[in-house]
Amino acid sequence: MPGFSYQPEALVAEDIDAWLELHRTKSLLRFITCGSVDDGKSTLIGRLLYESRAIFVDQLDALEADSKRVGTQGQEIDFALLVDGLAAEREQGITIDVAYRYFSTERRKFIVADTPGHEQYTRNMATAASTADLAIILVDARKGVLTQTRRHSTLAHLLGVRHLVLAVNKMDLVDYGKERFDTIVEAYRAFANGIGIADFTAMPISGFKGDGITSPSPNMPWFSGPGLLQHLETVEVTLAADQGKPFRMPVQWVNRPSPDFRGFSGLIASGTVKPGDPLRILPSGKTSTLARIVTADGDLRQAVAGQSVTLTLADDVDCSRGDVIAAADSPPQVSDQFEATLLWMDEQEMIPGRAYWLKIGTQNVSATVQPPKYQVNVNTLEHLAAKTLDLNAIGVVTLTTDRPIVFEPYAESRTLGGFILIDKMSHATVAAGMLQFALRRAQNVHWQALDISREAHAGLKNQRPAVLWFTGLSGSGKSTIANLVEKKLYRMNRHTFLLDGDNVRHGLNKDLGFTEADRIENIRRVGEVARLMADAGLIVITAFISPFRAERAMVRNLLPPGEFLEVFIDTPLAVAEARDVKGLYRKARAGTLKNFTGIDSPYEAPENPEIRIDTTAMSPQAAAEQIVERLLGDR
Amino acid sequence: MTPLSHLERLEAESIHILREVVAEAERPVMLYSIGKDSSVMLHLARKAFYPAPPPFPLLHVDTTWKFKAMYALRDAVARDSGMELLVYRNPTAVAQGINPFDHGPLHTDMWKTEGLKQALDQYGFDAAFGGARRDEEKSRAKERIFSFRALNHRWDPKKQRPELWNLYNARKAPGESIRVFPISNWTELDVWHYIQLQNIPIVPLYFAAPRPTVERDGLLLMVDDDRFRLRPGEQVVERSVRFRTLGCYPLTGAVASTATTLPQVIQEMLLTTTSERQGRAIDHDQSASMEKKKQEGYF
Repeated sequence: MPGFSYQPEALVAEDIDAWLELHRTKSLLRFITCGSVDDGKSTLIGRLLYESRAIFVDQLDALEADSKRVGTQGQEIDFALLVDGLAAEREQGITIDVAYRYFSTERRKFIVADTPGHEQYTRNMATAASTADLAIILVDARKGVLTQTRRHSTLAHLLGVRHLVLAVNKMDLVDYGKERFDTIVEAYRAFANGIGIADFTAMPISGFKGDGITSPSPNMPWFSGPGLLQHLETVEVTLAADQGKPFRMPVQWVNRPSPDFRGFSGLIASGTVKPGDPLRILPSGKTSTLARIVTADGDLRQAVAGQSVTLTLADDVDCSRGDVIAAADSPPQVSDQFEATLLWMDEQEMIPGRAYWLKIGTQNVSATVQPPKYQVNVNTLEHLAAKTLDLNAIGVVTLTTDRPIVFEPYAESRTLGGFILIDKMSHATVAAGMLQFALRRAQNVHWQALDISREAHAGLKNQRPAVLWFTGLSGSGKSTIANLVEKKLYRMNRHTFLLDGDNVRHGLNKDLGFTEADRIENIRRVGEVARLMADAGLIVITAFISPFRAERAMVRNLLPPGEFLEVFIDTPLAVAEARDVKGLYRKARAGTLKNFTGIDSPYEAPENPEIRIDTTAMSPQAAAEQIVERLLGDR
Repeated sequence: MTPLSHLERLEAESIHILREVVAEAERPVMLYSIGKDSSVMLHLARKAFYPAPPPFPLLHVDTTWKFKAMYALRDAVARDSGMELLVYRNPTAVAQGINPFDHGPLHTDMWKTEGLKQALDQYGFDAAFGGARRDEEKSRAKERIFSFRALNHRWDPKKQRPELWNLYNARKAPGESIRVFPISNWTELDVWHYIQLQNIPIVPLYFAAPRPTVERDGLLLMVDDDRFRLRPGEQVVERSVRFRTLGCYPLTGAVASTATTLPQVIQEMLLTTTSERQGRAIDHDQSASMEKKKQEGYF
C-alpha cells in the first residue's frame, strides 16, 4: 500500500489548546460503505482510517501478522482483516455483522458502519443504514453497475439515507478514463431515477492509489468535484434538517425525585422548543405549556433535535413513558392500523396473525401482521406474490396494533416511523419496519358502550364466567374429557357451551386449512368467540389442538385475569398415535396428510398450565372430576 | 441553525441509552471500574437522571490488586454521587490468595470474570452498564450497545439482536441478562476531551509523576505496595510515567511521560503511535483473546 504516511495535524504539536478548541465544535456525520471486498471497500476504509490517523502502529503490526497467518493476499497486507472482527468470521472469510469505525478530519468527526455486501446480510446493511446520514455505494470501474449496486442503493433509499455517493473505484485500472466514468454514472442515473432516488453525487476515486480521496486527483483533471473526504466534510447532517421540523419528543422516563418536581425525560426527535411554547401530549391530546428545560448544567433557554433533556410543564397533566410531547399546533397522527414496509430479520419466518411486540420510539404495544400484499425483490424492485416473509425478505404489509400509537410516516421521521417487532416467546428482534401511512384514523372507531355489563350477564346466571381451554395432541382425549366436563356442569345447573375443534371447522372456520398461518387464524377466531361467550356470562369449554404457545397466550390476554384456565391433556405422542381413533396418524405417517401436529408440525406443550391431566394415569371420568373441582373450587 | 457538536451528540445518545435501561430493566447496576471510561459513564448517569440521583447502585468487582489511588477515588466518588456502592470480591479467590504473580491468567479469570458473574447472580441484577468502547479493540467494533447474555452469562454471537435506529430490545427471560455499553460510540480522544470540558474527577495516575517502576517483559510496571515481588536482577527505578489505562497494578504498563495536564495528555496521545490497550498484559495472549474472554463472561 503506497502513500499511507499520515502526519498529525501540525497544530496538535504547536498549540494543543487551540486544536482542542477547534475540535470541540466539529459536527458528526454517520455514513455506511456498501460494496464487496472485490469492489475495494476494505481498502477504501483502510485508506480513510489511515488518512485520518485512526490506525496505530501496534494495530498495524497485528494486522501484518494476521495477514500472514490467515490472509488471502499472500504476503501482502489483507485489509479485509482490519474490518472483519470476529474469529468465526475470519475463518469463514465472510463478514457477518456490522463493524463501527471512528475517525476525524480537521473539519468533522465520522462514524463509519461497515457492512457486508452479500444478499444474505441484507439485515446487517439495513441496521447500519438506519442511523446513517450518507451511503457510499462503491462500484468497480471495470465492472460498472451490478446487481449488488442496485440492491445496496435500494436498501439505502428504503432506510431513508439522505445522501448517496456513487464512488466509482479503481479508476487507476481504467487509465483514469472520463468516458468509462460517464458511462457508469449514466447507467446508474437511469436506475436511480427509476426507484425514486432524486439525487446522488458521483465521484471517481482509487482507494488503492489514493486518488480523489483527500483532494481532487491530478490524474483526473476532467473531474471538477472535490475529493471524497472533502465531500463528507460538507454535506448536511440529517439532524440539522430535523431541527427545522415540528417539535416531537417521545417520553422515556418520568423523573420524580420529590413531590414538587415532575419532569419528562427524552431525546428530542425533531424541532426546537423553549419555555412558554404550547405543547400537546399524545395520544391523549391534552395541552399545556413548557415551563422549564432542566439539565444538570442548568436550565436551557432552548433545546433542539438530538438533545437529551428533561422538560417540566406548566400544568399537572397526565404524561408517562410512551407518550409523545409535541408542538400543540402541529401534532403527529394517532392510529392503530397501518401500511408498513417490513424487513424480516429472523431465521423463523413471519407468521401472519401472530401477535408480536412492537416498539416504536418509547411505545411498546402488541401488533399483528397480515399476509404480505407483496414481497419486494431487492435487486430489481419487482413485486412478488408471497404468503409470508423469511429471513432478509422485504415486503409491504398491513399491520394492526392493539391500541392506538403516535406515529409519523417514516419518510418524515425515523424516530416515529421506524419500528422493530419482537417475538413474544424468544424475545428476539425479528423484524424492522417503516410505517408508510395510516389505513384508518383510530379515533373514528369507538367501542360501543353497552348498558348491560358482563357482570350483569354473569350475575343473572349466578356464576363466574370462565374459559376452560383444552390443549393437547390429536387423539389425546380432549373432546372426550371436555364432553364429560360439560355434562357434569350442566347437571350442576351451570350455563356452559362447548366449542369443539372439528365442529367449528365445519362452519365458522371452514375457509381455513392447516398451514401455520391458518392454524393461528383458527385459534384467533375461536378465542374471540370464547371471549364474547364469557362476556355473556357463560362457562366456555374449548377443545382444540392449539399447538402454539403464542396463540394460547393471545387468548389468555383477551380475558380478565383468572378467567382463562389452560387444561393440558398430556398424552404422549406414542400413546395418542397407538390409539389413532380417527386414523389420522396413519395418513400423516404415510405422507397423505400434511402439517399434522406431532408428525410434521410442532406441538409446543404448555409450560405452566392451570390444570394438567396425565391420561396414562387416570380415566376420563376422573379427569373430568378433577377439572370441575378445580374450576369451582376457588369460586 | 448550528448543528450539535459531536460530543453533544455522543452525550445525548449515552443519556438516552441509560434512561432506556432504567425504564425497561427490572434491576440495573453500573459496573464501576474507577478508570476514565467509568468516570465518564458515571458522570453521564448523573446528568441523565438529574435532579434525581441515578436510580441504581454502583458495583465494583474488586481484585484487591488495584492501585491505591484507585480505591481512594472510588470511595470519594461514591460519597459525592449519593449512590450505593457495592464492592464484591470473589470469596474463593480471597481464600486461595489468587494473585497476578503466582496465578497468571487465572488471576483475571477468578477475580474479574468469575467475580462479576457471582456478584450479578448474588444481587439478581438483570442489566449491567459497562464502560467498554467499540474503538478499543477489533472484536469490540461489532459489539452491540445492548449485549445479550444467555443463562450463565454466556455471550453467543448468534443470539445478538440487531439494533436499528435507537430502538433497543431489552426483553429477556428470567435468568438472562443484558450488558449495556452507553459509551460504545466514544473514542479514547472523546473520553479525554469530555473529561477536560466537564471537569470530571479521575485517578491522578493518568497524569505523569515520578513513580517507582520496574521494567518487565516489555512493560513498565509500578511498584504500588510491598506485595510487588522483584525478580532477580530487577531494580526499582523512579521514572516520570503515567497510565493510559488502569487495572491491577502488577498487570498494567505505564508509559514514560511528562504530561501533567489534560491537554498535555491528549497531545501526547495524538502524537504517539500505539493504541491504549497495548498497556494491558491481558490482551496479548492471542489475536482473538478479547472475543474468547467475552464468550466466557469477561466484560
